[in-house]
Amino acid sequence: MLDRSKIVGLPISRIDGPLKVTGQAKYAAEHFEPGMLFGHVALATIAAGRILAIDTRAAERVRGVVKIYTHENRPKAAYRDSKWKDAVALPGHPFRPLENDRVLFDGQPVAFVVAETPEAARDAAGLIHVHYAAETPHTDIMAEQHNSYEPPVARMKQFLPPPPRGDAEAAFAAAPHKISADYVLAGEHHNPMELFAATVRFEDEGRLTIHDKTQGSQNSRDYVCGVFGLDPDKVIVKNDFVGGAFGQALRPKHHLFFAVMASLDLSRSMKVEMTRREMFYLSWRPSCVQTVSLAADDEGYLQAVLHHAVHTTSRHEDYQENVANWSGLAYKCDNVKISYELVKLDLATPGDMRAPGAASGVAALETAMDELACEVGIDPLELRVRNFVHRDQNQDKAITSKALHACYREGAKRFGWSQRSPKPRSMRDGNDLVGWGMAGGIWEAMMSKGEAKVRLSADGNVMVSAAASDIGTGTYTILGQLAAEVFDCPMDAVTVDIGRSDLPKTGVEGGSWTAATTGSAVQAAAKAVVKTLLDHAKSMENSPLAKASEEQVEIAEGRLVLETNHQVGIALADIMAMAGLDAVEEHAKVGPDMLSMMRYAAYSHSAVFVEVKVDEELGVVRVKSAAFRSQRNATAVTEPAHCPFA
Amino acid sequence: MKRFTYTRAETVADAVAALAARPQAQFLAGGTNLVDLMKYDVARPDAIIDINSLPLKEIEELPDGGFRIGALASNSGVAYDARIQARFPLLASAILAGASPQLRNAATTGGNLLQRTRCSYFYDPSTPCNKREPGSGCAAIGGLTRMHAILGASDKCIAVHPSDMCVALAALDATVEVVGPDSARDIAFGDFHRLPGDEPQRDNTLACDELVTGIRLEANHFADHYTYLKLRDRLSYAFALVSVAAAMEIADGRVVDLRIALGGVAHRPWRDPLVEAEYAGAPAEDVTFQRVADRLLLQAKGLGGNDFKIPLARKAIVRALRQAAGGTPQSQTIKAIQ
Repeated sequence: MLDRSKIVGLPISRIDGPLKVTGQAKYAAEHFEPGMLFGHVALATIAAGRILAIDTRAAERVRGVVKIYTHENRPKAAYRDSKWKDAVALPGHPFRPLENDRVLFDGQPVAFVVAETPEAARDAAGLIHVHYAAETPHTDIMAEQHNSYEPPVARMKQFLPPPPRGDAEAAFAAAPHKISADYVLAGEHHNPMELFAATVRFEDEGRLTIHDKTQGSQNSRDYVCGVFGLDPDKVIVKNDFVGGAFGQALRPKHHLFFAVMASLDLSRSMKVEMTRREMFYLSWRPSCVQTVSLAADDEGYLQAVLHHAVHTTSRHEDYQENVANWSGLAYKCDNVKISYELVKLDLATPGDMRAPGAASGVAALETAMDELACEVGIDPLELRVRNFVHRDQNQDKAITSKALHACYREGAKRFGWSQRSPKPRSMRDGNDLVGWGMAGGIWEAMMSKGEAKVRLSADGNVMVSAAASDIGTGTYTILGQLAAEVFDCPMDAVTVDIGRSDLPKTGVEGGSWTAATTGSAVQAAAKAVVKTLLDHAKSMENSPLAKASEEQVEIAEGRLVLETNHQVGIALADIMAMAGLDAVEEHAKVGPDMLSMMRYAAYSHSAVFVEVKVDEELGVVRVKSAAFRSQRNATAVTEPAHCPFA
Repeated sequence: MKRFTYTRAETVADAVAALAARPQAQFLAGGTNLVDLMKYDVARPDAIIDINSLPLKEIEELPDGGFRIGALASNSGVAYDARIQARFPLLASAILAGASPQLRNAATTGGNLLQRTRCSYFYDPSTPCNKREPGSGCAAIGGLTRMHAILGASDKCIAVHPSDMCVALAALDATVEVVGPDSARDIAFGDFHRLPGDEPQRDNTLACDELVTGIRLEANHFADHYTYLKLRDRLSYAFALVSVAAAMEIADGRVVDLRIALGGVAHRPWRDPLVEAEYAGAPAEDVTFQRVADRLLLQAKGLGGNDFKIPLARKAIVRALRQAAGGTPQSQTIKAIQ
């Protein structure tokens, strides 16, 4: 963590902002290649069954149509499931477009048209007639709940429920105050502004350059190389700009498969862009049914926590997210039982979407906490304070930092929580009943493995590079700030080169870990540059820094100086001139510290305060104001906590 | 997608003649609904006749104090016309309750009358729909019916008319002016939109060779007691679950003249002049308003998913009549329900 800050944390403009607001930032579908072809996907109109026949005659007659692909003529692709598994793949069988005659979900691609123009491709796709043997589809989680099951293969170890503590059922039965309720959440479909699209440039010697709408250029590259058996050195995937993603673009989608498939088959450049409607089928927050039972003693100390969660997955994959485990770690309770199951429906595989799991599970837990507060007869904020913990209760680990107490206090003060009247129906405004409520929020503060390269030139310019993605979260600016901070240079001296698969290795952008991961790699690489400069400086004749150690120096105003006395130092240009260098470049690799992770758990916490007005007669609900304070784990320090009051 | 020709008409006569020559043609005005429907492959005209050059944009006062609004006057132009706001505030309010500023700037008066239902099955060509493809069936019946009709539906179609503006025009007894190849005629607003019956493909009584050229409004005394109350799933940019256009004249605490029309509940703006006449002279108080609501909804029938609309409509009617009687019309900018 930085002990002082010159640039990090300042409210500077996004460095990619001017390109975006002037329309110069090009997104995946905005790249054109001479002689390129365009593809359009025809989607299944049933959710379960078999394709009996596909009539493409009318579609073939459309002027400009080059080729129509169905499961009957699709070019060969990898046989083994493992080749189809991307970095965020799930237990089960990855979806393979046009693999066979099975329809596994609503909106499944059943044909792919390639044409000279996007209009011809779309027109022809609409003329394809598919004859199905339809089966009765199951799409309602409530109706299929009896078929729920525990996932036989865990997506991640930490998604498995923790072992039960104490005897939750007995404690629940014995407690004086209790609530038990079902929380049913409908599925949510994200649909970010940029449509899924891939533009493939077909080059000599089988080289491909692909502009893809993805949260990870290297994930897309590895996926197409696995599926089509391509040499990773001959494929470059670019995602310089990503028009929103929210998790939907973590896994490669069928547009990428089709664009590369047709490009290879026809030896032509290709573009495939999904329709807005097509986007709605894919990678959604699953519908979820939860039962939360809480019990407390007369003072509001939790006696039992039971949380059972069931959510949707597809026929072919076991999508999993951490829905219910939060209930075991967030509050002090000796009797805890958490269970988690899936239900298969004839729908596309759900996917990670904005705090996957927590958004569903913490919502249910916090709602239940409010209901319990009412039952016990104490303030909901006080209930949370009484059950506050400083350790992760599931893993019995210390938490790296948790300022939630201060967050509660500050939020309550700004909101005026002490003025709340606890009695139901006691606050009114005209026709409206007024309610004040609050909740806590929690999310993992994650870091993953990442690499970055930093280059400092003799003229003072800085180049930062990594295969990171900026999905609108400010990654360009954050990485630039971190380098500028180390080199004490203005932001306009820094160039940030990201969004390309041939840059230093970076995982997908998601889970709120990129600033912590790639940011740390940039810091480490920048510090390595400083160390290299110091090594050169030390070897200079009569070097004033001869005895200085790495920890004692820093860069200030273009000079490598002693931290304690900026008068003592050497101009960077002089160091490089002496060493005969135009620039110093260093590469760094970072990852979570496994030893620390064994002892500590890291989370972000938040508190939310809202006022809700309900017109009792008409049922119209208005959320009038919301207070929100968050505090982040120490690894991410580049954006200050904010507190928008409506 | 279907190929179509594009021509621009310069006069009303040209436009009507062009339509007569191409029966599968459609007029293009603001295009906010038609272009959308073409993209979804729901509307499949073989010819587009652009009528935006026709001289139908005027909003003019008539000698008797009424107004004539040209079919191409934009929704924004009408809603923000100072004369309309002063004399027909119910119309201005209803328009501002709908769509978004961008859509209202593009959308026209005539186009608003002719907009099609937002039934999601109508919009999905992979499902059967008697309105889109007569005789193919109705996927909405037995489907998700939250947005569907509680009044006047048939076993062929349960769609609702989506317009807000038309609900106000129904309450205000507007007249629709249309021109055909041989003659011009007036259609009373109450006769313009139809119930689905056995022909849900027909939204209205406009003949297939006619063009809407404008609407006329008669002078009235409703400027002090009116409201447009629209209830929807979110407070902006959403179609009505239930909306109420209410207008009245009050003298000595009694409702002298009452107009009430409902949106979001039927295949056309729902109005029952008999009920209005029945309560002329009744005290302007909640008891009257509740009776009006009960009478208007006497035939209402839920389909499961929209059962909630019946009690909601009842309460919305009472609230709207209270707002109108009290001279406190619903604000369309401060969206809190009053």
